[in-house]
Amino acid sequence: MREIELGVVGGGPAGLSAAIEAAKCGVKVAVFDENERPGGQLFKQIHKFFGSREHGAGIRGIDIGAQMLEDAEKHGVEVRLNTAVWGIFDGPKLGISSNQRVSRVSAKKILLATGANENALAFPGWTLPGVMGGGAAQTMINIHRVLPGKRILTVGSGNVGLIVSYQLLQAGAEVVGLVEALPYISGYGVHASKLRKCGVPIYTSYTVKEAIGKERVERAVIVKVDENFNPRPRTEKRLTVDTICLAVGLTPMAELAWLAGCEFVYVPELGGHVPVHDDDMETTLKGVYIAGDLTGIEEAHTAIEEGKVAGIAVAQSLGYLTSEKAQELKQEAWGHLEALRKGPFGQKRAEGKVKIKERRGAK
Amino acid sequence: MRIKDHPILGPKAKGRKVFIEVDGRKIEAEEHEPIAAALTAAGIFVFHRTKKTSSPRGLFCAIGRCSDCFMIVDGIPNTRTCVTPVREGMKVETQDGLGQWKVGS
Repeated sequence: MREIELGVVGGGPAGLSAAIEAAKCGVKVAVFDENERPGGQLFKQIHKFFGSREHGAGIRGIDIGAQMLEDAEKHGVEVRLNTAVWGIFDGPKLGISSNQRVSRVSAKKILLATGANENALAFPGWTLPGVMGGGAAQTMINIHRVLPGKRILTVGSGNVGLIVSYQLLQAGAEVVGLVEALPYISGYGVHASKLRKCGVPIYTSYTVKEAIGKERVERAVIVKVDENFNPRPRTEKRLTVDTICLAVGLTPMAELAWLAGCEFVYVPELGGHVPVHDDDMETTLKGVYIAGDLTGIEEAHTAIEEGKVAGIAVAQSLGYLTSEKAQELKQEAWGHLEALRKGPFGQKRAEGKVKIKERRGAK
Repeated sequence: MRIKDHPILGPKAKGRKVFIEVDGRKIEAEEHEPIAAALTAAGIFVFHRTKKTSSPRGLFCAIGRCSDCFMIVDGIPNTRTCVTPVREGMKVETQDGLGQWKVGS
C-alpha cells in the first residue's frame, strides 16, 4: 500500500477541494468516501449557484462537481469509494471498512470533511412512508431520476426547502404548498419568487400538525401558529398529499471528530456542536483538520474555500510550501471566505465563526 | 414514477435493464440504481415494519444514514436499500421487525 500523507474523510466539495489543493503542492493524498460515487451532495445541485464570479456564480453544482473530480484525477488524488471511516487512532491511523472488511491505514495528517445530516421534525404520523428529508427527495429526483411522490408538501422555507420544491416542480411533481413556522420566508427571495410564479402557495406562520395515512401519507394537516409557535385553534387546513418533505435545517456530522477527542463548541447559528478550529482549519488535535459543513453549516462555496485553506496548511506543515507562499495562498482563500460571509444571509454565519475564534482565544 | 425528460438534466440516459424479485414479484430496475429507487419507481413505498407495532417504514434520508429503508436483501437483513445497488436476480423482501438472517448464520 502506498504511503498516505493526507487522509481525507469525505469526498464532497470540502474534502475534494482540500485534496486537490494539497496534491497540487506534492502531498500524497487519499480521499475516503463511503458512497458509490464521489462529489457529496454537489451532484444533486442542478441549480445555478450565487456568489461572486470567482466562486463560480452562475455555474450549477453538478458542473462544479465534475470539474473537481477532473482536477482530483489530474493531480493524482486517490479516491477510495465504498470505504467508510469509523475511527481515528493514535499514529494517526484511520480505521476503515470496505467490502465488509476492516483495516487501519496510517496518514501523517487527517482532514475530516464529513458534511452534515438533515434534521428531522417529529409530529403525529411523521414515521409514515412518504415523509422524508428534502435532501432525500432531491437525491431521488436529480440523481436517480425517480419521483418519490406526485403531490408534495414542503416544510421549511430555507434555501433547501425552496430549491427542492422548485426542483420537484421541474421533475414533474405538484407542490401543493410550503409551510414555514416563522412569520417570514427564511431563504433567498429569488428562490421564493420562482416558486410563487409557479403558483405554489407559501404559508408563513404555519406548521405541519399531522400526517394521515394507513400505509403511506394520504393527507397532511397544517395549522397556523402564534408568535410562540403554538397552534392557533380552528386554523387547520387539510391538504391531499402523498409526500411531505422536511427541510428544517442540517446538523454537522461530527461523530469522528468526537471520537478522535476534538474539543467542541456549541454554536446554534452554525447548526449545533462544531469542533473548535483555528484559521488554518486545524482542530485542537494536532494534525487533524476540518472543512465544510462539519465546521458549521454553510454552503458549497465556503466548503470549497475552507478545503483550500486546510489543503494549503497541510502542504505547509509537511514542508511542501514555504510559509511565505502558504501565507499568500491562504490570504486569498480567507479573503474569499470573508466575502462569502457578507450580507444579511452570511452575517449570522460570520458571527458564528467569531464565536469559535473567541472560544479558542479563551484557552 | 421515472423522470424521463427534465428541463435541466435533459432526457434520461437509458440504463441496462435488470430484474429483481421483491416479495416474490418480478420488478424491472435499472443497472447501478439503488434498490430503493427501483422500488419507488415500481410504486412500492413500504420497506419494512417495526418490531413492536408493525408500523410501516419507507425511504427517509436516501443517503444511508437513517435505517428506515432496511430490507432483507439476498437473505441479509438490515440492508440499506437506498445505497445498495440492484443486481440481476437479487431477492428483496419486506423486513419484519429486526429481520432474520436467511444466509450465513
